[in-house]
Amino acid sequence: MFEAPEISYAALLPLIIVFVGGLVGVAIEGFAGKAKRYAIHLPVVIATLVLAFLAIIMVARDNQGATAAGAVVIDGPSLFLQGLLLVLSVIGILVMSERFGGETPDAFTQAGVSTPGSVEEALATKMGATTTEIYPLTLFSIGGMMLFTMANDLLVMFIALEILSLPLYVLSGLARRRRLLSQEAALKYFLLGAFSSAFFLFGAALIYGYSGSMRFDVIAASIGTEVLMDGLLVPGVLLVATGLLFKVGAVPFHAWTPDVYQGAPTPVTGFMAACTKVAAFGAMLRVFYVAVEGARLDWAPILAVIAAITMIVGAVMSVRQTDVKRILAYSSIAHAGFILVGLVSLQQSGVTSTMFYLVTYGFMTIPAFAIVTMVRSSGTEATHVSQWAGLGKTNPWVAAAFSFLMLAFAGIPLTSGFTGKFAVFSAGVEGGYAWLAVIGVLASAVTAYVYFRLIVTMYFGDSDDDTVVINASALTLFAIAFGVVVTLFLGVVPSPMLEVAQQASQFLR
Amino acid sequence: MSVFETSAGIALTETHSVTATAADGFASLGWLMIALPLLGAAVLLIGGKATNSWGPMFATIMSWAAFAVGLGVIFQMTGLAAEERSLSVQLWEWVSAGDLSVNVGLLLDPLSMVFVMLITFVGSLIHVYSLGYMEHDPDKRRFFAYLNLFIAAMLILVLADSYLVLFVGWEGVGLASYLLIGFWNWNPAYATAANKAFVVNRIGDLGLITAMAILFATVGALDYATVNESASSMSQGALLAVGLLLLLGACGKSAQFPLQSWLGDAMAGPTPVSALIHAATMVTAGVYLIARSQAIYIETPDARVVVAVVGAITLVYGAIVGCAKDDIKKALAASTMSQIGYMMLAVGLGPIGYTFAIFHLVTHGFFKAGMFLGAGSVMHGMKNRVDMRRFGGLSRVMKVTWITFMMGWLAILGVPPFAGFYSKDKIIETAFVGEGWQPWVFGFTALIGAGITAFYMSRLFFMTFQGKARWEDDQHPHESPKSMTVPMIILAVGSVSLGFILGPTGILENWLEPVFGHPEHHEPVLAIPLIIALTLTLVALGALLAYFMYWKSEVATEAPEGTAITKAARRDLLQDDFNEVFLRKPGEGMVTMLVATDRDLIEGGMVGKTTGSLAGLSDLLRRTQNGFVRSYAMTMLAGIVVILGAVWVMQ
Repeated sequence: MFEAPEISYAALLPLIIVFVGGLVGVAIEGFAGKAKRYAIHLPVVIATLVLAFLAIIMVARDNQGATAAGAVVIDGPSLFLQGLLLVLSVIGILVMSERFGGETPDAFTQAGVSTPGSVEEALATKMGATTTEIYPLTLFSIGGMMLFTMANDLLVMFIALEILSLPLYVLSGLARRRRLLSQEAALKYFLLGAFSSAFFLFGAALIYGYSGSMRFDVIAASIGTEVLMDGLLVPGVLLVATGLLFKVGAVPFHAWTPDVYQGAPTPVTGFMAACTKVAAFGAMLRVFYVAVEGARLDWAPILAVIAAITMIVGAVMSVRQTDVKRILAYSSIAHAGFILVGLVSLQQSGVTSTMFYLVTYGFMTIPAFAIVTMVRSSGTEATHVSQWAGLGKTNPWVAAAFSFLMLAFAGIPLTSGFTGKFAVFSAGVEGGYAWLAVIGVLASAVTAYVYFRLIVTMYFGDSDDDTVVINASALTLFAIAFGVVVTLFLGVVPSPMLEVAQQASQFLR
Repeated sequence: MSVFETSAGIALTETHSVTATAADGFASLGWLMIALPLLGAAVLLIGGKATNSWGPMFATIMSWAAFAVGLGVIFQMTGLAAEERSLSVQLWEWVSAGDLSVNVGLLLDPLSMVFVMLITFVGSLIHVYSLGYMEHDPDKRRFFAYLNLFIAAMLILVLADSYLVLFVGWEGVGLASYLLIGFWNWNPAYATAANKAFVVNRIGDLGLITAMAILFATVGALDYATVNESASSMSQGALLAVGLLLLLGACGKSAQFPLQSWLGDAMAGPTPVSALIHAATMVTAGVYLIARSQAIYIETPDARVVVAVVGAITLVYGAIVGCAKDDIKKALAASTMSQIGYMMLAVGLGPIGYTFAIFHLVTHGFFKAGMFLGAGSVMHGMKNRVDMRRFGGLSRVMKVTWITFMMGWLAILGVPPFAGFYSKDKIIETAFVGEGWQPWVFGFTALIGAGITAFYMSRLFFMTFQGKARWEDDQHPHESPKSMTVPMIILAVGSVSLGFILGPTGILENWLEPVFGHPEHHEPVLAIPLIIALTLTLVALGALLAYFMYWKSEVATEAPEGTAITKAARRDLLQDDFNEVFLRKPGEGMVTMLVATDRDLIEGGMVGKTTGSLAGLSDLLRRTQNGFVRSYAMTMLAGIVVILGAVWVMQ
């Protein structure tokens, strides 16, 4: 006899709003004329995200608890991270919508289905095709990310993983310029993503074999009772972790990151870098802190080693990069390592600091990529470091904003980068991983070299005459200004946000 | 130490007997005092040219507004019982991580409010004066922005409730001072003067930072309340170190020996700046720091004696330099140095001297600012000349300037009943209190200093306003506009009256009593009437000597060659030469050596090897990033195999 589980729609309201917004977007694609789509999509998407945010604050917050037969949990961490995801998505969408005075969002190709350089492509361009599908795709992805942070069941988590990933694969392949590189990136991302998903599923199967359930509370309860099955549990945990670590780009599952970050349309890269990390770390927090915390002695050392090599490899590999987007990609790998230090501490402060770091990282990454979209050379993005030389003289505001964000990436005091690193490293020390904090500080020093080199190039290099900074509309400028202000604010007065994160750091088990 | 527990504090610990209470009512708006001028500076700097027309007036209004808020706070305080006049305004938590928690808060107590009144009142008057003085300057807006910035920073300094917040203000005033000294930075000499002030102050700041570090290491906090409470339990060594290092900081900011060399050059800034920053307010920050740290100095008499010695040396030093300067502003700067020496001496004497130091600080703020504004007025009428040998006889053409300057002159001389008589005389009397050699040395130093002061200030006054006119041919001196003379008149009124209003009536003493306690009465080693008589005799002698030399007889328009001492005094007693030979040259040598070491050993060797090997490693790792999905998948698989292998081995 199958009994329908009780579902608290109030608790799921933010998620429902986002998915409905996505469906509305599909309807717009189907019924609105080409010329009008952009003008309709943008307000709808923003309204959806704002409504969902309001729903979190006003409705979901008062309906915390497990629902849908324990498959999802609405608690402090999930609400905090969903709220963060929505705010980051708003500024991410703003950057994606930038048109630079043209007819269509500038970063995206007119017709994703056409072969690069083909007759179809030229025809589509002539007919005024637009790629406004990015809006529903992004909303679906955001919905998946939100579900990811609240999943309390390995299967739901897997479904969320796929919901968030599939639109991202498509989005990665839609770059307007260097389309082949973009399509290659999308395919790589898809193939490796599928590969990692398989590991996740296999791990989930092993854990099911051990505990007889996919639900985190049941898994948690069974740890320590099934002595003879221990051989299934730890490999299962680590394989599930593999799927999640892939998403954040932790070493050795990082190889896709630079290629995809470089190939994908830059606004998508910014969105992906910030939001995917939030979602995946949210999922990791729940798996490690709620489901398998009881077996910590078996997996925590391995996670710590992964954190260490992620920091080291991310930092060292960025040293010789000459492409701004790849530098940011390796920096995202190193940052994943820093966040892992907070996560692996397995303290209450580990949850707080991880979530705080995600806030700081998100708000410095999206503006950084937004600035990359503005620096052009003969129509395409000028991503080679040498092309950024002399920007400090020709475009002081842009250079100043980017330099400030670089200082934040490097973790210089008075930026959120410092307070975030301070938070995760102190959580690490508290959890007994002082050696990780030491590696973290050394890795920060190495990455600082990379960022400072960029700043030096911008301010002391001779300007490249071909490089121009094109005028962006209020959309991009707002996104950049917002991120910079948040970065500064969290660097100077981190306490209020830390407090919010701390209040939200209690998992419902 | 119960007397001193009232000095400062915020209610951090329940056990503290007398703590500052949280401010309520109007006083809780105390942060506005800082915010308003800060807003002024921000609007003028960010607003740019758009604010050119109304910016200066806006800045002036912001400064007066800060004064009005301060007045309101004082008014509320007078309604409270004396021991409840310590109010704390907690603003926000700056850093909070584990055991370390730093709060940004303000402490409104009688001591800080005295400073607030001095800073905002004199500061606002000088804003008004600058409206006239800087009228034709193309960069007027920037000037007013910096003035506002200075007021805000100085208020942060005196209103801070911890050394750390004080330090923010401390650096803020240093920055404002730097920007204003070098305001006319198209003149390389002025820009150099700004740099010099900045560099010399760095040495002092190093002292302050180190003192804070020691305090934090021993006490674990930097707020006044905790430090004051724990001072008595600190070791003598730590106390002495903190005391001396704080003194080093104070010496830098207050131009005390041996860090006094920057003040003379700082006169490169516009005259209102010299009046406000380098006479009335910022340079007294060192005195404030020592007075605020009384809990530490009370425990370490050795450091206190050093403070007094530094004050005594500087007061004579400045006086001697003042005798030889022909530049009116540099002569006034030397006198500032000397007068702050008096205040330092007074705070070095311990609890009996604090009130008098602050008293002299207030009266000095008025009469010296007044005289600087007078000098500015003279320069305004004399096409920016500063050479007193080409002045003379100005009393006829600049009546207001002459009379207001005269009030300041009589005040600094200590002629009764002008302000300086009450404040300086008290310091001289206090210097004679004590046992052993100290009262005799300090007392007579202060006494003789008063005589020299009378001589060089009279010299300055007579050379400028009296005697025959020695103007260059193109000069047509005239009185300055109202916006300049009115502030001068107000300051002159203060120079005349502040002494007998605040001194004999006990107003200031009573007001400061909750902070400094009630000092026990001590008898000087000489009878008080005798000290007063001696002082006045020496002052009269000094003034008479100046009268005969610089009024009755002809003053040469070219400086005579002079004796070796005169020559040395003209060169600031060879301080710069000393610094050049004993500090800069060895410093340069050391730098050359370090550069060589850095290049060959550090950069070439260690760093070079490190970056080289990192780059090599980076190149090596980059080979794995070959762009092929198959090899990426292989990496992942290999990673998983290694991880599972490790688990297998572990289990």
